[in-house]
Amino acid sequence: MLKVDHLNVYYGVIHAIKNVSFEVNQGEIVALIGANGAGKTSIMHAVSGLVKPKSGIISFMGEDITKLHAHKIIARKLAQVPEGRRIFAQLTVQDNLEMGAYLRTDNKINEDLEKVYQRFPRLKERRNQLAGTLSGGEQQMLAMGRALMSKPTLLLLDEPSMGLSPILVNEIFDIIKSINKDGVTVLLVEQNANKALSIADRAYVLETGNVIVSGKAADVANDSKVREAYLG
Amino acid sequence: MEFLTQIINGLSTGGMYALVAIGYTMVYGIAKMINFAHGEIIMVGAYLAYVMTSIVKVPIIVSVLVAIAGCALLGVVTEKVAYKPLRNSGSLAVLITAIGVSYLLQNLFLILFGSAARTFPQFMPSGTVSLFGAHITYVALLSLVLTFICTGLLLLFINKTKLGKAMRAVSEDRGAAELMGINVNTTISLTFAIGSGLGAIAGIIYGMSYSLINPYLGAMLGIKAFIAAVLGGIGSIQGAMVGGLIIGVAEAFTISYISSAFSDAVVFGILIFILLVKPAGLFGQNMREKV
Repeated sequence: MLKVDHLNVYYGVIHAIKNVSFEVNQGEIVALIGANGAGKTSIMHAVSGLVKPKSGIISFMGEDITKLHAHKIIARKLAQVPEGRRIFAQLTVQDNLEMGAYLRTDNKINEDLEKVYQRFPRLKERRNQLAGTLSGGEQQMLAMGRALMSKPTLLLLDEPSMGLSPILVNEIFDIIKSINKDGVTVLLVEQNANKALSIADRAYVLETGNVIVSGKAADVANDSKVREAYLG
Repeated sequence: MEFLTQIINGLSTGGMYALVAIGYTMVYGIAKMINFAHGEIIMVGAYLAYVMTSIVKVPIIVSVLVAIAGCALLGVVTEKVAYKPLRNSGSLAVLITAIGVSYLLQNLFLILFGSAARTFPQFMPSGTVSLFGAHITYVALLSLVLTFICTGLLLLFINKTKLGKAMRAVSEDRGAAELMGINVNTTISLTFAIGSGLGAIAGIIYGMSYSLINPYLGAMLGIKAFIAAVLGGIGSIQGAMVGGLIIGVAEAFTISYISSAFSDAVVFGILIFILLVKPAGLFGQNMREKV
């Protein structure tokens, strides 16, 4: 479904992503794990079109999307929940969700809005509140709801657990599993390796811009190098 | 009722400032730049209306529409040609470019029309209406009404329509807006078009109020409107409107009760005062710098 082939991303002279290749198959949850600065977010931004890679090919559903603008990539039903949520603080909760459906012209938008409210009842209570007034966990739910409003087939989640309490982290991961069960393929970037590996089918471990370990999530979790570096 | 007359005169000049200030504030909100060529767009709007009515001799409504459309187009083209290539460079480069565009337009119109003032055609009968004993010219009344209508429509558009919400989304977080599928380039173009279109209306009001236009008219008008935008809180449309009206009234009072020689000093004094006391402006939000 998503295939990243020999991706190289530079910021000026800094070589952030070095020849990274990975793929995500339909229906999977794939985790990209690694420490701060390993290049996880750069990969996400390259896939979504927010940064342009120097070389390499990113293809989605068999189509080369490497050079497409971000707003053309979301049109192909590849959505991202960015790191730090990046909700529109000055817009209401409902307006944020409406922005998620910005490109849709079908008549099922209200139906999907209700579905998002069913998944995240707290958002419904706060639908007319400015998004900036929500708590961290609610903002994460809003960011996920906003991405779901585009009816994605592939959802990129960048550090969904960042800054959340352990109880909320569990809640968010349960929601990710249920989104996946509803037929959305998930590519998950996490520092919380334990949590990510517990719900993922497969995983890739990044270190300073390179993939150092990859395989089934259970195997990655048992890899001695990974255990030493990330799982303690 | 000298006092009331002065207030209403001030509000009507202020309305013109407000229309220009909205252009500054919208462009700043979306493109994060101060478009110092905006004053010259107002001048172009006044000249377009003059040329269409006095030289081409089309009906007034047609020349108004041509002036609005022409300015909107000029705003969009300026952004594409001059500012877009600099989008990722420092704000100083953009600022200098904007000043360059401003001189380019001013001198282009000096070559085309000369430096002598032209008589702006009469768009509506001169005369005054009496309101609670105050004498208000038709033009002043029209200016005030137009300002409220334009600002009201604009606020409706920004707050209630999908496109308007998308503009606010871009203004808040360009990258996140792109992830929603919002085309940032189109949004920026639309912002320049709306701001410049409102500028054309302000230019026509200027011509009707002062009945003489010259290629320098945008310079001072632009700076005063910019002060109005800063006073109201740059980025805020309501702020630009309120700031414009305050500047207009302050100016009218200075002219009638102190001396017309001091009016500019008072306006610039307001700028210094607001920058010292409340740099974010009346309606402005304190921006957190992202690090």
